[in-house]
Amino acid sequence: MSAFFAQHAFWIVTILKIIVLLFVILTLDAYLTWFERKVVAHIQSRWGPYRVGPHGLLQPLADGLKFLFKEDPTPAGVDKFVYYLAPFLALSLALTSLAVIPFGPDPIRIFGYETNFGVADLNIGLLILYAITALGVYGVALAGWSSNSKYPLLGGLRSSAQMMSYELALTLSVVGVLLMANSFNLRDIIAAQGRHPNLGLLGWNIFPQILGFFCFFVAAVAETNRAPFDLPEAESELVAGFHTEYASFKFAMFFIAEYTSMVTVSCLCTILFFGGWLSPFPSGPIWGWTHFLPTVFLGALGLYLIWDGFHYETVFGRIVLPGIGTVFCALAALLALSPAVNAFIQGPFWFFSKVLVFLFVYVWVRGTLPRFRYDQLMTIGWKLLLPVSIGNVLLTSFAILKWGAS
Amino acid sequence: MTAQLIIFFVLAGLAVIGAVSLIFQRHPIHSALSLIVVMVALAGLYLLLGAEFVAAVQIIVYGGAIMVLFVLVIMLLNAGVEERTNFSKLAATAGIPLAVALTAFLAATIAKSGPVTTGVRPGSVASTQGLATMLFREFVYPFELTSFLILVAILGALVLAQREKGS
Amino acid sequence: MVPTHYYLILSAILFGLGVVAFVFKRNVITIFMSIELMLNAVNLAFVAFSQAFGKLDGQVFVLFVIVVAAAEAAVGLGIIILIARNRQSLNVERVNLLKL
Repeated sequence: MSAFFAQHAFWIVTILKIIVLLFVILTLDAYLTWFERKVVAHIQSRWGPYRVGPHGLLQPLADGLKFLFKEDPTPAGVDKFVYYLAPFLALSLALTSLAVIPFGPDPIRIFGYETNFGVADLNIGLLILYAITALGVYGVALAGWSSNSKYPLLGGLRSSAQMMSYELALTLSVVGVLLMANSFNLRDIIAAQGRHPNLGLLGWNIFPQILGFFCFFVAAVAETNRAPFDLPEAESELVAGFHTEYASFKFAMFFIAEYTSMVTVSCLCTILFFGGWLSPFPSGPIWGWTHFLPTVFLGALGLYLIWDGFHYETVFGRIVLPGIGTVFCALAALLALSPAVNAFIQGPFWFFSKVLVFLFVYVWVRGTLPRFRYDQLMTIGWKLLLPVSIGNVLLTSFAILKWGAS
Repeated sequence: MTAQLIIFFVLAGLAVIGAVSLIFQRHPIHSALSLIVVMVALAGLYLLLGAEFVAAVQIIVYGGAIMVLFVLVIMLLNAGVEERTNFSKLAATAGIPLAVALTAFLAATIAKSGPVTTGVRPGSVASTQGLATMLFREFVYPFELTSFLILVAILGALVLAQREKGS
Repeated sequence: MVPTHYYLILSAILFGLGVVAFVFKRNVITIFMSIELMLNAVNLAFVAFSQAFGKLDGQVFVLFVIVVAAAEAAVGLGIIILIARNRQSLNVERVNLLKL
């Protein structure tokens, strides 16, 4: 057994990592829908999902079951092959793009085999990511075309034009970051931001690249077809846009693809502009206490959940919420007692905290901004984002020529 | 049979199947999809050849921009299934033999010339940095010229697509 | 290691298929796509030679070819939209005003 493992360690570990990543990301997607509904509801002074499970925590499960058991009609006159291909393409490309994202700095050991935190570590990681994103347009465009219906066709047309226009700004806005890091590798990009550990968060790319970040984030929101750029699926004009004719699990595939690309974009924002897994605090003995922040956060969350659970209306909630709270408290205790685990968790902790902040911003933007008109969308893309990001490339290159890369 | 050879044959097979399917599909969208398969397979072959950057650019520009433009135009014009008109008898009678002859001739010439031996360790120089250095030092004038080409193409596309006033 | 001439033969086959498609297809858009196929076949040969000779010139050329293809697609598709608008058809046989 061990000889077999030693021989094929690379493949076994890679497949394991892929399975774990898929499990984590699909769960995250499911709870992202819950998170979005809750946040948007509170923005609009509502309660959001509340009935299924304590605080509506089982709502994603109920939604998933509903998706699986709904009738799945295929409209008349569709192009069968393309109609089935489109959601599959959208989902698989969205999931594949996560493979190049590194989630933490330190390698982990599985039965003596050392492996990185992240599925693939490529020299041209960012380019591959863009390549996969670029192919993502087909899912939407083909879905719109193959549905044999007017609204999806219009939605598909809009989306292909929109995604093509914003891809330019999306690519050009990161050139500044690439110039500063001198690499396409995402690990190198993060490492370049940690070159001066005494600066802490001041060393991140967001400060020199504020223009680039602005362009990148706007373009990324447009690229993922999210509000306020969700014209391809504008419900007041196009019913539901490109997925009007999709029901049941095929619709769920589009849905999961959209949320997965939100996660990817948030990871990318974190990596490119916000220092990835680097702690926002400078290194040094005075700042040693920041290592216990994960413990404090987890412990506080656990205690709050236990307190909240005992006051909950339903019996189920009174059992489940304190249970989750106890698990969190136990994890916090583990972190406090084991310095090795605590040191290992620092990178992933900061990474996922930043990703969560960006996911919140996504929902926040959706809850507050009205949708753009189509001509405004094109004007923003071509007349604002593109020139600003080209200007950013010029500024960055001149600055690097004058002062050097670091 | 090394792993590389197997990957090569799988990707080459995909590319050829895609190209054949481009010919036999009646609907332009299906032809476009076949062409995308060819392009992605070629990108895989570039990776096999050690040309990472070219592979990524192939997918980003060909797959993500040019072919999307094709699909967009097909959707925009609502192009239907290709009509079967037999206006050109010449193409039908002489086309296939000539094309087969051309392919056979090319393949035979290449096969006869035998393996290319250069003495250089293959793939030793293929790096993104080397490519950039080359592009901006030795090929800087052609590079600038292509930017003019793109500008002219943008203007041309604008002029073509503009409707005449009053119509 | 895959021998270089395998790539070249594949490139020749793809180019030939591109020619066949160019001659046989009747839809302007598909004809245009077969030109892209031929360009791709040539690119493969460029990259294969670049690897065989250990020089990057071939890859630089591929980049130029891709740029030219992009420019060509922009103008060409503009022309195709005009043809469709004026002739109400995408069949090349119907674009025959200059034919005797």
